[in-house]
Amino acid sequence: MMPVKVRDRLHRNNIAGLPFGRALMAKGLLMLGVVSLSGCISVNAPDKPIVIELNINIKQEVIYRLAKDAGNTIDANADIF
Amino acid sequence: MAKTDRKWMRGVLYGALAALSAGALAVPAMAQRDPAYAQARAQGKVGEKPDGYLGIVGSGSSGLRAMVDDINIRRRALYAEKAKSANATLQEYAFTAGCLAIARTKPGEKYQAPSGEWKTRTSSPPERDSRCP
Repeated sequence: MMPVKVRDRLHRNNIAGLPFGRALMAKGLLMLGVVSLSGCISVNAPDKPIVIELNINIKQEVIYRLAKDAGNTIDANADIF
Repeated sequence: MAKTDRKWMRGVLYGALAALSAGALAVPAMAQRDPAYAQARAQGKVGEKPDGYLGIVGSGSSGLRAMVDDINIRRRALYAEKAKSANATLQEYAFTAGCLAIARTKPGEKYQAPSGEWKTRTSSPPERDSRCP
């Protein structure tokens, strides 16, 4: 058995084209190897710091639920509001 | 207690009503703002922030800073207590109070817009966070 690479080169050079199917198969195998090698996902760290805005986590429905209570609290503590 | 002062009595009644609906009993009648605080507000030296706390507009004197710190410490304690009974976080309760406190500013008083910029309240509605009620 010849190594796949060498055999592939032979077929590519032989324009008369002997067993095209086998040459294709070898090429396919090679391609698969290349793809699986370069198919890694690279994750880069962002260059800017990640800023988390805490207020974003406050939901509107919570604010609406608390509105009446908070209004009463302000009324009852008018000296500090 | 002066029974003749009807305006004052009405204030006490509203305060009592508010205390009742908040689930608190025997709360002292609502006190008025300290004159120094009232003056600082009217002069636009302090303003309401969206986070529910009082802020100093520009560079305040050390006396003003101490007064604002004192008010904010008391506000925080109040928010923490009320947030607990309302099953909310301190930040959620404080933010809600901030929405309302900004809405209740009087023309001429200062408030902080969502952009962080200090604004002077006019007769038109203040610029508030889109989540405010």
